[in-house]
Amino acid sequence: MLNARALAATALLPLAANAQNQVNMSTGISEAGAVITDLGVEIYDLHMLIFWICVVIGVGVFGVMLYSIYAHRKSRGVEPSQFHEHTGVEIAWTVVPFFILIGMAVPATSTLLEVYDNDDAEMSILVTGYQWKWKYEYLDADGENVAFFSNLATSQEQIYNTDTKGENYLLEVDEPLVIPVDTKVRFLITANDVIHSWWVPEIAVKRDAIPGFINEAWSRVLAEGVYRGQCTELCGSYHGFMPVVVHVVSQGEFDDWMAAKKGSAAADAALAATELSVDELMVRGEDVYNASCLACHGANGEGGLGNAIAGSAIAMGGLDSHLNVVVNGVAGTAMQAFGAQLSDVDVAAVTTYQRNAFGNNTGDVVQASDVVSYKEG
Amino acid sequence: MGDHHHGPAKGLSRWLYTTNHKDIGTMYLWFSFAMFLLGGAFAMVIRAELFQPGMQLVEPGFFNQMTTLHGLVMVFGAIMPSFVGLANWLIPMMIGAPDMALPRMNNWSFWILPPAFLMLASTLLMEGGAPAFGWTFYAPLSTTYAPPSVTFFIFAIHILGVSSIMGSINIIATVMNMRAPGMTYMKMPLFVWTWLITAFLLVAVMPVLAGAVTMMLMDIHFGTSFFSAAGGGDPVLFQHIFWFFGHPEVYIIILPAFGVISQIIPAFSRKPLFGYASMVYATAGIAILSFVVWAHHMYTVGMPVAGELFFMYATMLIAVPTGVKVFNWVTTMWRGAMTFETPMLFSIGFLVLFTIGGFTGLMLSIAPADFQYHDTYFVVAHFHYVMVAGAVFSMTAAIYFWLPKWTGRMYNETMGKVHFWVSFIGFNVTFFPQHFVGLAGMPRRIPDYALQFADFNMMSSIGAFIYGASQLLFLYNVIAAIVAGEKVSDEKVWDGAEGLEWTLPSPPPYHTFETPPKIEEQPAH
Repeated sequence: MLNARALAATALLPLAANAQNQVNMSTGISEAGAVITDLGVEIYDLHMLIFWICVVIGVGVFGVMLYSIYAHRKSRGVEPSQFHEHTGVEIAWTVVPFFILIGMAVPATSTLLEVYDNDDAEMSILVTGYQWKWKYEYLDADGENVAFFSNLATSQEQIYNTDTKGENYLLEVDEPLVIPVDTKVRFLITANDVIHSWWVPEIAVKRDAIPGFINEAWSRVLAEGVYRGQCTELCGSYHGFMPVVVHVVSQGEFDDWMAAKKGSAAADAALAATELSVDELMVRGEDVYNASCLACHGANGEGGLGNAIAGSAIAMGGLDSHLNVVVNGVAGTAMQAFGAQLSDVDVAAVTTYQRNAFGNNTGDVVQASDVVSYKEG
Repeated sequence: MGDHHHGPAKGLSRWLYTTNHKDIGTMYLWFSFAMFLLGGAFAMVIRAELFQPGMQLVEPGFFNQMTTLHGLVMVFGAIMPSFVGLANWLIPMMIGAPDMALPRMNNWSFWILPPAFLMLASTLLMEGGAPAFGWTFYAPLSTTYAPPSVTFFIFAIHILGVSSIMGSINIIATVMNMRAPGMTYMKMPLFVWTWLITAFLLVAVMPVLAGAVTMMLMDIHFGTSFFSAAGGGDPVLFQHIFWFFGHPEVYIIILPAFGVISQIIPAFSRKPLFGYASMVYATAGIAILSFVVWAHHMYTVGMPVAGELFFMYATMLIAVPTGVKVFNWVTTMWRGAMTFETPMLFSIGFLVLFTIGGFTGLMLSIAPADFQYHDTYFVVAHFHYVMVAGAVFSMTAAIYFWLPKWTGRMYNETMGKVHFWVSFIGFNVTFFPQHFVGLAGMPRRIPDYALQFADFNMMSSIGAFIYGASQLLFLYNVIAAIVAGEKVSDEKVWDGAEGLEWTLPSPPPYHTFETPPKIEEQPAH
């Protein structure tokens, strides 16, 4: 029998979720009335200018057509005229649109030049698209780069309709990009596998992330807040599930966040030197699994786009071959080399988890030191 | 050379061996309609999944297979062959020729199509599934990361390309060599003109597409790196090559539609087409411009600013000849004596909705604004306004317009009008809200979406089901007309229809214009 309550809940969702049905482009102005980015406002104004020019022309053309449909119909007994050319009119409606186009091209050109003005950035962030997540790396003058992955945070239960969908359904991540307000940030955008595209509508940045090439884009966000976007270039099965979330905070908050980030990287390194208990590894491993493996291997290791992990020969066989798959990936398939993406602790935790969850029960415990020694060969 | 006056052979061999332009045209039309229903079925799966947020019916990977096959089948299986079918039926009758110039090649260019699509459709059953990289198949998603079925996809594209090139050569040869005495170029019906120009476009760009898929094949199986930066190639090169084909391709689809509309609006306005010569020049202008605008599909790939500016200005220029066409059609209606039979309704629907698609096209040409539109549902709305309300509406108008001539039987006018209104409303309910969700930030090709897009998506899905269902009414109406429609006694069928095809009996005999007709001295239109 169908779950009537769940069905009723999903049926009501569209009504309850978000009363405002936005019909136009982001204005570049926040709900509080503050300008988010000057460029966003400029692009919106340009969009509206072209829109209104089209509306005026449309009203003219359709007006004439509708009048003609009303007035020049056979049922009114009119005799058809037989004229079929008029050089003056034909020249006019070739030349006049040309000048209207020049009127559009002038503001479009100046806005475009601004979009391309990547000079004088105060900080640079390397944005790398992966199937299906984003990696952000803050390029530090001292070489102490801070890097992390940003994964979809919406649960599979919400996606598969067994849980109520949250307010930011599909537009929420485990770790957002954090940037300081009123700072010219340069985004260096690339990809690790296929082409992705990094887009945040409210701050008016969209640029393709192309493997092997680095694109530039920039933004100076003037209003603090949370801005959400998505990948906009088809990048495989879970293209719809790799959102972008940007937190724009004050310079002070940003500095604190950055310090904490550097601190936790140090803590992770320290953790790698200690022995963790099975429970600790399993808890951590489940989180890593859900963020990095679940999309392809299924919530219960049953497989999907990727092979099944439950009962698999790799997860239940020799540890080295298991680590080989996790760390180095499988060439020619969607299985990525997670050795470069996850910390040694996380690789250890997720490997432990895969060897003991889903009924695999091998009883094996993998420590970060095992991963380090595996990597060192 | 044997007997010139035989009728059609009996049974299946008539269709397998036929070199008759009418038979081949009929096969093209039925084949494209079958593909239209298949591509439509894929669209129904897409809209059903998008009816509500959350994953309900299909998995994301299968959803991508549906969007990919929907696009491929509609572009290469439904729209293009349907216009080739129309060309086969009409061009010889319009220029006073007994048949196409190369009848055996004509048979071949049709008969390689069904196996190609059978192969493409069979990828759905293959290990790893059908192609799931979108109809634009950008590398490396379509090379390194593609399912194994991509090789079959490449082969299918090659066959379609061969078919299109053969069809185009045939049309060029027919129009250039087989016009009746006195049928000068500037007396040809506009449908013939638009197809002649389209055929040149096809011959120019289909080999480019063949090149693109061949490079993919080499990258996948023979270790080259055309599209892989790791081996010194460039994924963006793929996009340049694809769109060098792809932009002319969309005009290949729309130019014959312009031709159809230029035949129908004068007929029901009972008035010659306004600005015949400027229509020809505008068509040629659009065709030439189509070669220098391709990168407007690629504003966000990181081109140098000079490139962006060039492609923006060139793209904006297309508004000029396109505007001339719209103004000419409206002026053709002006002070005519109009009636509104189904073909005219679809033509007016075309005029209104294509113009809206043209406006959004102009908006999309503005590079800085396109950074916000690119790859969103705004683009999806735009190209469905020009592809569906443009090409498909005009094709529908053409079928209603010439069906009585082809079959000698009339369709049900009331049912035709119902079909128009249901289509028109269904189409707009489907695609108008997609402008809104696109501007509000919904990317295209996603199987699930954020909650603020829910209402408009539901509306869109309902519209799509209505539009889809209305095509079954069309199918019924056509079959009913062929089987039991009221007989048409008149040669003209429509009292305002002009042109050589309307001087033939309805239905026309199997072979027509075996002796060339006499072209009267009169102004062209």
